[in-house]
Amino acid sequence: MYPRQIKAGEPARKSLYLGSVTLVLFLWLLPLLAIILTSIRPAADIAAGDYWGWPSGFDLIANYTGVFTQTPMGRYFLNSLIITIPSVIGVLCLSTLTGFVLSRYRFRGNTLLFAIFIGGNFLPFQIMMIPVRNLTLDLGIYNTYLALIIFHTAFQTGFATLFMRNFIAALPGELFEAARAEGASPLQTLIHVVVPLVRPALAALSILAFTFIWNDYFWAVVLSPSDAVKPVTAGLANLKGQYVANWNLISAATIVIAIPPVMLFFFMQRHFVRGLTMGAVKG
Amino acid sequence: MKTLWRRHRCWLWPVIFLAPGVILFWGVIVASSAQSLAISFFRWDGFGPMTWAGLSNYVELLHDPQFYTSLKNNIIWLVMFMAAPPLGLAIALLVNQQIRGMRLVKSLFFMPLVMSQVAVGVVFAWFYDPTNGLLALIFKAIGATAPALLSNPEWVTVAVVIAALWPQVSFCMILFMAGLNNLDESQIAAARVDGAKGWHMLRHVVLPQLRQVNFIAIAVTVIGALRSFDMISVMTSGGPFGSSNVLAYQMYEQSIEAYRFGYGAAIAAVLFVVMAVFIAWYLHRMLRMEREGA
Repeated sequence: MYPRQIKAGEPARKSLYLGSVTLVLFLWLLPLLAIILTSIRPAADIAAGDYWGWPSGFDLIANYTGVFTQTPMGRYFLNSLIITIPSVIGVLCLSTLTGFVLSRYRFRGNTLLFAIFIGGNFLPFQIMMIPVRNLTLDLGIYNTYLALIIFHTAFQTGFATLFMRNFIAALPGELFEAARAEGASPLQTLIHVVVPLVRPALAALSILAFTFIWNDYFWAVVLSPSDAVKPVTAGLANLKGQYVANWNLISAATIVIAIPPVMLFFFMQRHFVRGLTMGAVKG
Repeated sequence: MKTLWRRHRCWLWPVIFLAPGVILFWGVIVASSAQSLAISFFRWDGFGPMTWAGLSNYVELLHDPQFYTSLKNNIIWLVMFMAAPPLGLAIALLVNQQIRGMRLVKSLFFMPLVMSQVAVGVVFAWFYDPTNGLLALIFKAIGATAPALLSNPEWVTVAVVIAALWPQVSFCMILFMAGLNNLDESQIAAARVDGAKGWHMLRHVVLPQLRQVNFIAIAVTVIGALRSFDMISVMTSGGPFGSSNVLAYQMYEQSIEAYRFGYGAAIAAVLFVVMAVFIAWYLHRMLRMEREGA
């Protein structure tokens, strides 16, 4: 392994090394720790200008319930779930289909279709902003959940197709030859060969798509101006403007909106990392 | 009907499978992008009729001082963001030791990446706060007064980019950690026998093996830099006086806030052309690697 590993027989050096790395980590996360500290501080401390001393009490519960009772964050949170979950499911279904065809069927234009899925995924959002906004206005879905669900499903299908195509292309070809030899139709091959085998890829993809969609801010601002459909990201940006003096509340709200993707990440870290690094390394 | 279906089903099925994804992606993403390019040749307030404007939106852009400020800031973003791959590699090397407890340390290093950019923006707005922020506290400790970074036209962009680098470094770190785990052990061992170490080892033995990871890390960093919008919106709204604006945010301001959709589309078109160069380079390399691999 590179860099050279500390030898097993040197526990003291190992602890020393871990200690120094932890110190670097502490500095790395310092801005985040500052927000966490502020989020558990009583409002009285904030009013008195005491931001960094030892808190006069721990208002963890009061501040975090305050986020839901004094601000519309509860509504935003629910909106985010209503937008994100159907989008993720849509992305998984569409990309399994496109990935299967693009990886297992040779036809003219295959590479071009694939390249457009990848390239489109890197476009700046602003180049599609005006027409997408108009499209939702024309369809009468502007400022509804459906507008965001449709956009996110469409956009994430680009990245997801790249992901699924590469995963299915790496499956052993004999499986598909056997299915064909048995006279299985493409639909049967999809249901009995592809779907059971792509489950790990779907797990990785669902976490990534969830994180991307949950964290989206631009489309939330463009397509959902009203509080009734606004997701957490746009909601937090609003709170920051409205509750200028209530940093304990804003801090707690920041932590609240980070919790779902952070929890998913911790529980399914291996899938998340494998998903993100796919293409960077083999296997 | 039935026999027709039977005869053609071997290619009809794939078409049916492809259709929903392709129609949705083309209908929403590809068509919209093309339509924006067309809108950039019109004058339009978003409600009334569109009037043909020829190149006048682009001519106006060339005479707009804000355009040059935004473009300059985009370049600052791009240049400063190039620090993300080497910093990510440095942290990846630091944590690539098999010690009990290191796994938790690694995942905590990823934390900024998992958070939304809006949350990162709020975190850093608080960090930079000139009266109560942590940075102010550090300055006070050494007996100086903290600068109000986010309201200083000279420093505001640099301050926002530093905040944006935080998750970007985490992203590069994940990529390099995966790369380090896939190194060819026998080459490393052979180089060690030959006495290679330190910088020489990294430069001539390890980095050549990380070429693919390097490419991806640089590509995502370039795209990330040019896409910057969220942090600017949350931390500065492009201010003070447009000094931290970038093309992506200026476009949004001009369309959604000033109702100048044609002009906004022209700004988006410029951003698109800049990005298209990188996207073409990325696609070219990626498809070539694919062909070589297959």
